Amino acid sequence: MEESRRKFLTQSLQTLGLCSASGLIWGAFLDEAKSDPLILRPPAALSEDEFLKKCIRCGLCVEACPYETLKLAAPGDKKPLGMPFFEPRKIPCYMCEDIPCVPVCPTGALDEKSVTTNGELDINLSRMGVAVVDEKSCIAFWGIQCDACYRACPIMDVAIKLEYKKNERTGKHAFLMPVVDSDFCTGCGLCERACVTKKAAIYVLPRSVALGEVDSSYVKGWDKSDEARVSEAKKKIETTEISKQKPVDYLNDGGL
Amino acid sequence: MKYLILRRLSQFSIIFLYFGANAWGWKILQGNLSSSKIFETIPMSDPYAILQIFFAGSVVAVDALIGGLVALAFYVIIGGRAFCSWVCPINIVTETASYVRGKLNIQKYQEGRVIITRNSRYYILVTSLVLSSIFGVAAFEFLSPISIVTRGLIFGLGVGVATLVLIFLFDLFVLKDGWCGHFCPLGGFYSLIGRFSLIRVKHNAETCTACMKCKEVCPEKDVLFMVSKESLSVNMGECTLCGRCIDVCGDNSMKFHIRDYLKKESK
Repeated sequence: MEESRRKFLTQSLQTLGLCSASGLIWGAFLDEAKSDPLILRPPAALSEDEFLKKCIRCGLCVEACPYETLKLAAPGDKKPLGMPFFEPRKIPCYMCEDIPCVPVCPTGALDEKSVTTNGELDINLSRMGVAVVDEKSCIAFWGIQCDACYRACPIMDVAIKLEYKKNERTGKHAFLMPVVDSDFCTGCGLCERACVTKKAAIYVLPRSVALGEVDSSYVKGWDKSDEARVSEAKKKIETTEISKQKPVDYLNDGGL
Repeated sequence: MKYLILRRLSQFSIIFLYFGANAWGWKILQGNLSSSKIFETIPMSDPYAILQIFFAGSVVAVDALIGGLVALAFYVIIGGRAFCSWVCPINIVTETASYVRGKLNIQKYQEGRVIITRNSRYYILVTSLVLSSIFGVAAFEFLSPISIVTRGLIFGLGVGVATLVLIFLFDLFVLKDGWCGHFCPLGGFYSLIGRFSLIRVKHNAETCTACMKCKEVCPEKDVLFMVSKESLSVNMGECTLCGRCIDVCGDNSMKFHIRDYLKKESK
């Protein structure tokens, strides 16, 4: 009796130990394998954390994509295994109006609601990433006329605008510089695909990587909607009492 | 050979239909073994993947939930591990490894060298759920050779072919029926849910001549404990319903039957 109990306990302990040991290795692998901060997801994808949880890796979005933009990460791609992503320099998202890739998602990892207004799909609401310009390698910033990205943008003049500035070097030409408005950029990458430089001077990054975040204490006082954030705020005035002593006394009373 | 041919036919045609969906836009069977759509209407999802997602802290949308239930109901009724021998492509690799292993007589010179419990799959199953909840991702799906290979065959394999080689070599040289019979947590999952399924193999001890060919070919020998001793239905969940014992039996002592819960004797 005693012997069999001891055997049972030892074996249980052994099992637990083996599970923990393999769990540690497996866990270390998972921690590495799940993180790729620069990955671009299909339209309407949940935040990366939630997406990693929900995506079941069925590839229905990939099959629905008519441009072969989306791919499932295969071993060797060094991206979270089996999940959809795209590389705009190779094939960008062509922003289909009926967004075929989203409604087919069975798990809700691609959230149809996030690209729907008034019951209609609107691809312009998608936020796959945001385009960023490297001014040093953008030839428009050198003064050479190029508006490839601007013309490629499906929301031209909204998501990418051209900013004009006098070219002081020549004195008679203008810079026509592409500027991205991150409020409207969907991150489709058509600009990155169109960029004429050897390595794209405009490229899409995940919004979580490229965009900053302002502390809530900064308020745009000139913007009514932003100002509304503090309309409920209670005024709190703190004053420090001015010393009644005269400076002369204060300096001469030996306290210093 | 009958059931072997039928199984290969089933395995290959499923992969082929998936492949056709991606390559030529067929609408018969879309997606892959993780989640699919049949004729664009009936969803079917991997219930074990959904369970992991649940442990990772997320509930999938209705489509996948229904799909999971459809698959669950199917395998609870038909027999859980029918997935393993009739659907899963890894099965082709491990059965080939097992065949070559037999031809090369590897087992003979390796007897007793590797002792790993077949219950490992259940421990791995539990570990996968614990890890899913710690790391917030479906843990097994990050290294499942089943998904890597099915996805690979449909969408492009890449270096995923290494997974196949790894499993083949492991099963061939290290452990007989190593992956499918010892480690695969998906097989473990289907063993658990297929416990009470209706389709079963039945043994007839009266006609049995105890040649033990069935035990030789069976990838889960433990389930055939009754052979030549008692006429019983093979009811253990680990039975993959592959029908190899039926193919090999010269005495007609093995056949598929439908479990009758009303009759007491066929427990």
